[in-house]
Amino acid sequence: MHHDDAAILLVHDGGRQVEGRWLWRGFEFALRAGERVALMGPSGSGKTLLLRALAGLDALDEGTLTLRGTPVERWAMPSYRSHVAYLPQRPVMIEGSVEDNLRLPFTLGAHAERRYDPTSVRATVGRLGRGETFLAQDALELSGGEQQLVALVRRLQLEPTALLLDEPSASLDDDSAAALEALVDDWRTGAPERAVVWTSHRSEQLDRVSDRLVRLEASA
Amino acid sequence: MNDLAYVPIELGQLLLAAALIAVNIALSFALRLGLARSLLVASVRMTAQLLLIGLVLAWVFALERPLPILAIALLMSGLAGVSAVQRTQRRFAGVYLDALVSVTGASFVVTGFALLGIVRVDPWFDAQYSIPLLGMVLGNVLNGISLALDRFTEGVTQQRGRIELLLSLGATRWEAAHALISDALRVGMIPTVNAMMVMGIVSLPGMMTGQILAGAAPADAVRYQIVIMFMIAAATALGAFGVVLLAYRRLFDPRHRLRSDRLQRVPRPQR
Repeated sequence: MHHDDAAILLVHDGGRQVEGRWLWRGFEFALRAGERVALMGPSGSGKTLLLRALAGLDALDEGTLTLRGTPVERWAMPSYRSHVAYLPQRPVMIEGSVEDNLRLPFTLGAHAERRYDPTSVRATVGRLGRGETFLAQDALELSGGEQQLVALVRRLQLEPTALLLDEPSASLDDDSAAALEALVDDWRTGAPERAVVWTSHRSEQLDRVSDRLVRLEASA
Repeated sequence: MNDLAYVPIELGQLLLAAALIAVNIALSFALRLGLARSLLVASVRMTAQLLLIGLVLAWVFALERPLPILAIALLMSGLAGVSAVQRTQRRFAGVYLDALVSVTGASFVVTGFALLGIVRVDPWFDAQYSIPLLGMVLGNVLNGISLALDRFTEGVTQQRGRIELLLSLGATRWEAAHALISDALRVGMIPTVNAMMVMGIVSLPGMMTGQILAGAAPADAVRYQIVIMFMIAAATALGAFGVVLLAYRRLFDPRHRLRSDRLQRVPRPQR
C-alpha cells in the first residue's frame, strides 16, 4: 500500500478502460507538495484520461483517488475541483470579451466568497505584454495560444493547489509558451504546497518545467 | 334528408377525397422529390388508423366503467411516450421510461384537472370527453417532449466543452446544465406558443372546426378551444420540464460529472 502524507493527489491501483480495453491499470501516482511532474506516454496511452480522472471529470474504473488524504468520494465535487485545476488541450472560451471570460468563475456558487479583482487581472495581463484592448477583445476571435493564456489566467484566479496542464503549449509560439511558463511559475511560488503536472510533446519544454518524469505505459 | 346536424360522408366521397393525394404524387414525380412511396404509405396508414379508431371509439364511448377507460388512456399515453423518443436523434438508457413518465404524468394531471375542475363532466371519466381531451393533449405533449429532449441531448453533445469548463471551474451540475435546460424548455414550448399566437386569425383549430361542422354553436366551440389550448400549454410545459429534468439526472451524475458516454446517436430517427 502506497502511503504518502505529503501527497496532494494520490492514485492507488488506478485503472481506466475504454471500450473494454485497459489503457492503464495498477497505476500508482503521487503528486507531492511543491512538485513539478512531467507526464509522458505515447499518444493514445491515456494521458488526457488520467488528467481528467485526477480532476474528477471522469471516474476511475478501478482504484482510489485521494486529495490531501481524503478520498474523492468524500469531497463535494465543486470544492474538489476548486483545488484541482484542469486545463484541457483545447481551451474553451465562452461568448463575450476576454474580461467576460475572466469573470466567469465568479458567477458560480462555489466561489461566492471570492470577488473578481480587475486590478490584479490587469497586472497579470500586463506581465503577458498585453493591455486593456486585449481584455476588451472578443474571446472567440483569439488565436489558440492566446485562448490558452486566457484560460490559464481565468483558472489561476481561483488559487488552485494542483494544476493539471494537458499539452498547454501545443498551440503556442515560443514567446507565448514562455509567458505561460512564467504564469505557472508565479502561481507556484505563491504557496509551497502548489504542484503542477504537465503533459507535452516538446521534451525540451518538459525538461525545463519539471523535476520528475512519470511514464504512462500502454498496458498489454 | 336526415335529422343530423351535419352531412355524413359516404364511402364514395371518401374515395374522392383520397384522389386529392394525386396532387402530391404528381408534384413528387414532376420535381423528382422521391416522396411518392412515403406519401402512399402515409395515406394508407392514416386512413386505416382513423377508420379503426372510429370503430374503437364507438366501443369505448359505450363503456361506463372507469377502469377500461383508464386502461385505454394509459395505452394512448404509452404510445405517445414511445413516439416522442423515436423522433429524437440521441438516446440514453432509460429514455423511454423518462418519456413515458413525463407524458403520462403531465397529460393525466392536466386532463384530470380539466375533467373534474373545469368542464365538470359527470361522471368525470365519461369517455366521450376524457378520451378526446386526453388525445389532444397527448398529441401536443408528445411534440413538446420530443423537441425539448432533442434540444437538450444535442446541447449536451455540442456544448460538452463549455459544460466541462464550468464543471472544472467548480460549477455544480445544475449550474453547468442550467442554460441548456432553459433552452430545451423554450424550444419545447415554441409550437404551442406559436399556435396560440395565430389561433383564430391564421388558423381555425381542428377541434373547433369539428365541433362547428357537427352543429355546435361557434360561441360554444370557441370556449372549448380556449380550454383545450390552456390545457395543452400547461401539459406541454409540465411534460417538457419533466422529461428534461429526468434526462438531466441521467446525463449529469450526482458527482457533478457530465456522462456523455451514456448518450448514443441514432442513425436515422423516425419522423
